[in-house]
Amino acid sequence: MIEVRNITKRYGHLTAIDRVTFRVEKGEVLAFLGPNGAGKTTTMRILTCFMPATEGSAHVAGFDCADQADEVKKRIGYLPETPPVYQELTVFEYLSFVGRLRGLSGADLTIGMDRVIERLSLGSVRQRLIANLSRGYRQRVGLAQALIHDPPVLILDEPTVGLDPKQIIEIRELIKSLAGSHSVILSTHILPEATAVCQRVVIINGGRIVAEDTPDQLSARLRRSEKISVTLKAPPPDAINRFREVAGVEHVLTTPDSHTFLIECALGRDIREEVARFAVRHDWGLLEMKPVSMTLEDVFLRLTQHEDGLSRPDIATEVAQP
Amino acid sequence: MTPVQAIVAKELRSYFVSPIVYVVGGVFLLTFGFLAYLYIVFTGAQAIQLMQMQGSTAQINLNDLVFRNLFTSMRFVLLLILPILTMRLLAEERKLRTFEFLMTAPVRTSDIIVGKFVSVYLVFLGMLLMTTLVPLTLALFSDFDWYPVLTGYLGLTLLGGLFLAVGLFASSITENQIVAAFTSFGLLLMCWLLAGLGSLLGDTSAGHVVSYLSFMEHFDHLVRGLVDTKDLLYYVSGTVLMLFLAHRIVDSSRWK
Repeated sequence: MIEVRNITKRYGHLTAIDRVTFRVEKGEVLAFLGPNGAGKTTTMRILTCFMPATEGSAHVAGFDCADQADEVKKRIGYLPETPPVYQELTVFEYLSFVGRLRGLSGADLTIGMDRVIERLSLGSVRQRLIANLSRGYRQRVGLAQALIHDPPVLILDEPTVGLDPKQIIEIRELIKSLAGSHSVILSTHILPEATAVCQRVVIINGGRIVAEDTPDQLSARLRRSEKISVTLKAPPPDAINRFREVAGVEHVLTTPDSHTFLIECALGRDIREEVARFAVRHDWGLLEMKPVSMTLEDVFLRLTQHEDGLSRPDIATEVAQP
Repeated sequence: MTPVQAIVAKELRSYFVSPIVYVVGGVFLLTFGFLAYLYIVFTGAQAIQLMQMQGSTAQINLNDLVFRNLFTSMRFVLLLILPILTMRLLAEERKLRTFEFLMTAPVRTSDIIVGKFVSVYLVFLGMLLMTTLVPLTLALFSDFDWYPVLTGYLGLTLLGGLFLAVGLFASSITENQIVAAFTSFGLLLMCWLLAGLGSLLGDTSAGHVVSYLSFMEHFDHLVRGLVDTKDLLYYVSGTVLMLFLAHRIVDSSRWK
C-alpha cells in the first residue's frame, strides 16, 4: 500500500532523512519510532505530498507522491504534529468544512461526520468552539478530520501526545480497530506505544533507519551483549569460525572486505584480552580493537529512559513526558 | 459544494466570528459617512454664499463637490484598511499550522487562492454596499447625475479588488500578520507614489508607462464618469497578476 524507496531529504546542507526505505502492506499498522528530530515528520510530510523528497521515490496505493499528488491526497488521512484545527469554528462546522474539501456532500457528508463524531466520542462537544476545547479534545478533532473520508491510508504524527491515560487507551484501541481495513503509519517517540498497537516497528535515528522488525523480534534482538570490533591485517578465510573457539564468544560477524570483525559476548564479560592474545598467537596482524555500542541500543536507551520507576509503562510513560 | 465554495463559506464564517470585520467595517463606514457629511456641509455653505452674492438660487453640482471628493478621499481610506482585512488570509494558516492541512487536502492551490480572495472580496463588497445609503439619502433631497456616481462605485470596486489581491499576495509570503499588513501598505504606497514620479517624468514614454502603472489616473477617470477599457483592463490584469504571484508563492512552499 505504501512503498518508500531510498528517499533522501536535504534542507540546504542539513540532511533530514537519508536513504529511507520501507513498505507498509494493506491493513498493516506500522510504527515509526525515534527520538525527536529523527526525521519522522519529514518522512510523513513527503508521503502526504506536503513536500517532495530530494531523491528517491514514494508511492501510496500505487500512485507516485511527487507526480500524482492529487490521487495520493485523496487516499490519505493525515494528522500532523499540531492538530490542524480552526479555533473560530465549532467542531461540527470544522468537520463539515473538512468533509467538503475532501469532496463529500449530502448524505455521504452526514454519514462521515456522524461516524467520526461517534468513533471519537465528540458528540458532547459538537457545537462548541474549538478554541474552548482542551488539548485532548483538539487532538481527537484532528483525528476525526483524518478519518472523515474513510481513507485507505492513515498517517498519524504522534497521535497520542497531550492526551490523558484514559484517552490514550481509547485512541490506541481505535488505531487497533483500524488495522485490517486501513494501512496506518504512526510516529511516536515512546517505545511502549509502538509495541502496543503496531505489527511492525521501524526505528529511525538521525535520519536513517536503524532497525525494522516486529515488536517481538526487536526485543529478542535487544538481548543485551557486549560487542567489540577487531580489524586484522591478514585474517585467514575461516577467521569467523576460528574466533568462535575463543572462550566466551557468542557471535561473530564480518564486513564485506573480511578484515573487520564484530564479536559478541555475554553482557558483563570482557573478552578483549583473550581475543587479542588469540589473534597475536596466530599472527593475523592485529591492527585495531575497540568496544562497540550499537546504534540501535543507543536509540532504545533514549526512547526508554522515561520508563524508570513507573509500574505501568504504557500509560505512565506519557504522563511523565515533560 | 466545490472546494472553492467550501473555502469561501469557511472564510466568511471566520471573518464574522472574529472582531476584525466589525472593527474594519465600522471604521470604513464611519469614515465614509463623516467625509460625506463634511463635503455636504461644505457644499451647503458654498451654496448659501453663492445665493447671497447672486441673489438667486444657484445650481450646485453635487457630483463635483460631494461625490468626486468623497470617492477620491476613499482611495486613501481603502489603502489603510484593506490590508487589515487581508493580512490574516494565508499568514494565519502558516502560523497555526493549518497550512499543512490545506496543502495535503485534495484541493488545487488555485482553489485556495480563489476561495480566499472571493471571501474577502465579498466582505469588502458588503461594506461598500452599505455606503450606498449616502447617495440614496441625498437623492431624496436633491438632484444629481447618477452616472458618475455609479462609475465611481465601479472604480472603488475595482480598486478594492486590486488592493485585496496585493494584500493576499503580501499575506502569502510571511507567517506574521503584521509583516503581511505592512508589506501591503508598502506596496500600495509605492504604487500610489508612482503617479508622482510619472508626472515628474512628464510627457515622455517613460512617464506614460510609470503613470499607467499607478492606480491614481485610472481611478480618476472612473470617478469623473469616464469608463475606458484601458482602465478596466489595468485593474483586472493587476488583480490577476497579484493573485497569480500569491499562487506561485504558496505553490513554491512545497519545493523548499
